[in-house]
Amino acid sequence: MFDWIQNLADWLVYDVLNLTKGVHLAEALNFFIYDSIKILLLLFVIIFFMGIVNSYFPIDKVKNYLSRNKLYGLEYLMASLFGVVTPFCSCSSVPLFIGFVRGGIPLGVTFAFLITSPLVNEVAIGLFIGLFGLKTTIIYVVSGILLGTISGFILQKLKLEAYLTPWVKEVLANAQKEQDIFIAEKQSLKQRLSVIWSEVLNILKGVIPYVLVGIAIGGLMHGYIPEGFFEKYMAKDNLFAVPIATILAVPMYSNASGILPVAQVLVAKGIPIGTAIAFMMGVVGLSLPEAMLLKKVMTFKLIAIFFSVVTLCIIISGYLFNIIL
Amino acid sequence: MAINKTNIMSKVIKILGTGCPKCKTMTGIVKEVVSENNIDATVEKVEDIMEIMKFNVMTTPALVIDDIITIKGRIPSKDEVLALLK
Repeated sequence: MFDWIQNLADWLVYDVLNLTKGVHLAEALNFFIYDSIKILLLLFVIIFFMGIVNSYFPIDKVKNYLSRNKLYGLEYLMASLFGVVTPFCSCSSVPLFIGFVRGGIPLGVTFAFLITSPLVNEVAIGLFIGLFGLKTTIIYVVSGILLGTISGFILQKLKLEAYLTPWVKEVLANAQKEQDIFIAEKQSLKQRLSVIWSEVLNILKGVIPYVLVGIAIGGLMHGYIPEGFFEKYMAKDNLFAVPIATILAVPMYSNASGILPVAQVLVAKGIPIGTAIAFMMGVVGLSLPEAMLLKKVMTFKLIAIFFSVVTLCIIISGYLFNIIL
Repeated sequence: MAINKTNIMSKVIKILGTGCPKCKTMTGIVKEVVSENNIDATVEKVEDIMEIMKFNVMTTPALVIDDIITIKGRIPSKDEVLALLK
């Protein structure tokens, strides 16, 4: 499917630039051109597709659905699934949280949504397909959804309402299964497409610099780090690798677009995929800026519990990946 | 709040957002549209989360014109803002 891109990269590097095959610089450049084109194309397709889905399932509809329906335990999974199709911006996490609480949606279900939304998003999926292939992507997406579901369920069982900030508790007390008068904008497909199109361009514009820098760093490492270099240090049977990688990752704030291309090279050079995925989930799913924002609605204790439960689940899934893959 | 209440034609534009880059972009676009087209309007940024929640929006930035939410969760184009203000 991507042969033509490889041919194009070969042509540019070996014919147009006249570099010798097998030289470090040539190989790194070839890798950079091939990966950049392939990943940008994939990102474009996935972001566009998700934009269409999201246009028909806007967040207000999701909230009303979760608020209205008794789902007998399935609500965690549903919230998690909705998190996948909703584009996440950490600056919206607080209004979103309040909106959910106000709609009478249980705290754990809200958490399920808040965990999956950044973890499995259109950019991460596009990058994953391009870098790791379809099989690993499916495993990542499915485990991301399960991670949100299970963490949300655990957090609900911990009965954390007492640790919300006072004004949010007030909101909670006044929560009602309200049906906001949600007037679905009657839009023709053409109108929708023009909005989606400009969103696609906005998202792409935002991530392209990170992706290119990430691929460039990856390209350099690809050419210069010998095969199997990391195997010595991070072998599969090293029990501490997964927790260390995850705990290092949580405070890191990078959008996935920069970190994933580098992680791919690390995997190619011998870091076990489960360890790498745990690391990526830590980077993508939890971040300090998000914690700072959440301070407006949660006490420090609640944020600490929230992050600990998710971190623990990430570590467990890291071990699982190392066993399965 | 410095809203000119004597002029009934003056529009009150509010931009709801907790201060993320997207919200700043939207503010810039709206201000440009207002000044380029000599629209009689006050532009106000609402950053306080409790104020924002009064409008019941869950995605920011949101554009509120005369207390009606017109756009939420995305950055509009200049043409779109102009059409909303006309």
